[in-house]
Amino acid sequence: MLRLTCPCCGAAADETELAPGGEAHLLRQGPGSSDDAFEAYLFQRKNPYGVHFERWRHAHGCGKWFHAARDTRTLEVFGTYSAQVSAPPQDILDRIAEKHPGFSSEGGQ
Amino acid sequence: MSETARSQGLARIEAVAGRGMITLKGDMDSRRFKNVLAKALDLPLPDPLRCAFEGARGIGWMAPDEVLIFVPGAEVPEALAALRDKIGDDHITAVDVSDARAQFRLTGPGAREVLAKLSPVDFAPARFVPGTFRRTRLAQVPVAVWQKDADRFGLVCFRSVGGYVAGLLANAAAPGAEVGYFTAGG
Ligand SMILES: [Zn+2]
Repeated sequence: MLRLTCPCCGAAADETELAPGGEAHLLRQGPGSSDDAFEAYLFQRKNPYGVHFERWRHAHGCGKWFHAARDTRTLEVFGTYSAQVSAPPQDILDRIAEKHPGFSSEGGQ
Repeated sequence: MSETARSQGLARIEAVAGRGMITLKGDMDSRRFKNVLAKALDLPLPDPLRCAFEGARGIGWMAPDEVLIFVPGAEVPEALAALRDKIGDDHITAVDVSDARAQFRLTGPGAREVLAKLSPVDFAPARFVPGTFRRTRLAQVPVAVWQKDADRFGLVCFRSVGGYVAGLLANAAAPGAEVGYFTAGG
């Protein structure tokens, strides 16, 4: 069972109170982008066995979107953070680095 | 089972009719928002995940930009007018949602357990305390639930699922359905 603390209201929300929003920090590709970049934006998603950055919505709660960093292998949650950022904040990256030395997040695609 | 049903088993469950509810939305961090509440209704803005009641009137914290105001049904037009008068041209909205929601009252020592059976929220007596206000899930539908005092809880859901919620609560509170999970901890 996955529990995430919503950074918008502070509630410890059960997975069944949340709506998943898929991979976080995607960089939008629109008019003017190459076909390959547009296809990757629409369809190509990371599916790591390990650290993953995700979007979630506190659907059965305050209703707000937020970000979460967790390990898909151990289900460890490194933290949740604001939806209004385009890359994970440093404190989250520091917590990940403690468990996964040398881990680097490329941000977008 | 209709949403007006009463049942008595683990807890007394009553559908509460005639309560007025007003949704107030806006920038809650602004001084204007707090002023509107204080001047129109003489009620303070509760902290996140909290509610505050004074007699029949109260406020529940719904979201970072939304509160739910409880007043007796007959006072809704007056309260709405007072709110809109204080809001003026500000980007704050006040809407009467009394008919959109059904309200329930759960009383008795087993009320906590009835709710805990149906929701993923931690209802441990040390965690869910008087004044706690939490939006969550009751079986398959969204609700907001709060604790008023020791053995008294309130709950609102969309009126369209009021019959379903009444049935859920009655079933979870049926005589003989006690689990006794919280009794050791008080
Ligand atoms: Zn939330």
